[in-house]
Amino acid sequence: MDIQTLTFIIVGLTFALYIAIAVWSRAGSTNDFYVASGGVHPVMNGMATAADWMSAASFISMAGIISFAGYDGSVYLMGWTGGYVLLALCLAPYLRKFGKFTVPDFIGDRYYSQTARTIAVICAILISFTYIAGQMRGVGVVFSRFLEVEIATGVFIGAVIVFFYTVLGGMKGITYTQVAQYCVLAFAYLVPAIFISIYMTGHFLPQTGFGATIAEGVAGEGQYLLQRLDGLSEELGLAAYTSGVKSKIDVFAITAALMVGTAGLPHVIVRFFTVPKVRDARRSAGWALVFISVVYLTAPSIAAFAKVNLINTVNGPDLTGVKYEQAPSWIKTWEQTGLITWEDKNDDGRMFYSGDERNEMTVDRDIMVLANPEIADLPAWVVALVAAGGVAAALSTSAGLLLVISTSVSHDLLKRTLAPNITDRQELMWARIAAGLAIALSTWFGINPPGFVAQVVAFAFGLAAASFFPAIILGIFYKRMNSTGAIAGMVVGVLFTLAYIIYFKFMNPAANNAENWLFGISPEGIGTLGMLINFAVSYIVHKLTGDAPQATQDLVESIRYPKGAGVATSH
Amino acid sequence: MAFKSEELAKAYWRENIGLVLKLLAVWFLVSYGFGIILVDWLNQITFFGFKLGFWFAQQGSIITFVILIFIYIKRMAALDNKYEVHED
Repeated sequence: MDIQTLTFIIVGLTFALYIAIAVWSRAGSTNDFYVASGGVHPVMNGMATAADWMSAASFISMAGIISFAGYDGSVYLMGWTGGYVLLALCLAPYLRKFGKFTVPDFIGDRYYSQTARTIAVICAILISFTYIAGQMRGVGVVFSRFLEVEIATGVFIGAVIVFFYTVLGGMKGITYTQVAQYCVLAFAYLVPAIFISIYMTGHFLPQTGFGATIAEGVAGEGQYLLQRLDGLSEELGLAAYTSGVKSKIDVFAITAALMVGTAGLPHVIVRFFTVPKVRDARRSAGWALVFISVVYLTAPSIAAFAKVNLINTVNGPDLTGVKYEQAPSWIKTWEQTGLITWEDKNDDGRMFYSGDERNEMTVDRDIMVLANPEIADLPAWVVALVAAGGVAAALSTSAGLLLVISTSVSHDLLKRTLAPNITDRQELMWARIAAGLAIALSTWFGINPPGFVAQVVAFAFGLAAASFFPAIILGIFYKRMNSTGAIAGMVVGVLFTLAYIIYFKFMNPAANNAENWLFGISPEGIGTLGMLINFAVSYIVHKLTGDAPQATQDLVESIRYPKGAGVATSH
Repeated sequence: MAFKSEELAKAYWRENIGLVLKLLAVWFLVSYGFGIILVDWLNQITFFGFKLGFWFAQQGSIITFVILIFIYIKRMAALDNKYEVHED
């Protein structure tokens, strides 16, 4: 059976599984989705959170970026896991005690202000939208490869599926579907990694494998894998793998923006509102990170293996280049998607990959994980499994985000703020219109991406870091913070960050280099500065306008200990 | 008021903040410290096939994060019990 048929079968089977679970778990709980998930064990909730959290960016793009960036790619590894420490220690238990469903609800009630609520809603939409644009690109990459179509067509097909999945399925709160999606995703990620690790180094665990020596029969045998990679990189004019080229301040800023942004993402925070107890909110965060780590500790090893394999396949073991006619089939199938190109500059009929003028290949980073099993010559079912994993990751996250966008527009913005008198039917209609618009816009960004999947997603984190994180932290740990201060901080923080990103990414991309950056911080890391500005502005404005009312201060006191946390209420 | 006195409420919060700050200090050290600021210095040390700084950036920090959260869960449960503000 060829890869394409197998892919259809395996992706089809996983879809059938998700739908079956959705139908089954829905039948058992006709009451409110939110409360229904309240009865879920923290381990299960952690697993579901992990599936919700790990998107196309984590699954498809991250290892690819690390593969090409080496040490510099560590920002994603540390950033997207370290945020859970902040979440568990500084946010989740208190927000759970507060007992509302959405982040705009917390901001609106804590800062006793409709303006604050509205600004929070706008930020939530902006963040979720940026995030979903990155997902669409990822979905497109998967579909374009396995249906053998252009990337634009792939994005379009993915968009249609995500739209129906969200609008018809309404998957939110159906925790068990996400548990299944996590299992598919993690299995699909680990299987090829273990295969490749055994083949390359003889180690069963990829995590120790990429620090081990290369096995017999593989080019460079007996050498440490990472040493070989550094050596190859030097010979080919690429940056050394285990040390980076980014400046320290930029690495620091990007890591911080991703960590703090993680703790400020509305669709992540929401998961901790719905567990039954404060203690469970803490435990859920811990378990979520355990399950996320399974994938994140594997990613850097996949990255290193894939890079070595890519160089071996394209340049050959003696580094003279492999004849194009002898190129393995995966190079040709990926060429059809336009994500790999070969241009025979020196007319020798051989491919060559390097970091200097000898280079004849362009390889899109987003394909590394998907192509990896083929590069390592693994059986066809493994290739198909990885496709199913990629689809699971992208769909679960996109669907969740679309629901955040549509409920923000229809519920938080229209029903709670602008038009309190609309009927339930109208509210639902607006939710669907919002979802449709969001997906249309994100499809456009998926076709014309301003960066690789993980980079687009990184902007969402910057915006979350610069808007929500300071407002929530101050709301919990500084009870005298007033509404004027928090509003001013959010507005200045998010506008600054957004302006910086738009200027360097869209208005003047030519100037997007370290010389023109503020303090040498790239647009990916600017959220860290935005966050500091937010904190500073909030504090100064608060000092000028006086303390929050006593009632609010008492409210803050009451969220600081677990006792008396009831079930989360809608409003 | 869940606490018997204002002093107890303050003491609970103080202990809570103390614990969080201690754990965040470790959080900062393994990621920003070992993985970024001191990375070149630590990279002079190799253990197995890894340069130590590189290992912290791509493996060690993540493992530490998981351990930190579970220490927090355990210590906070004990603290809640001590001040009798745990859930039923």
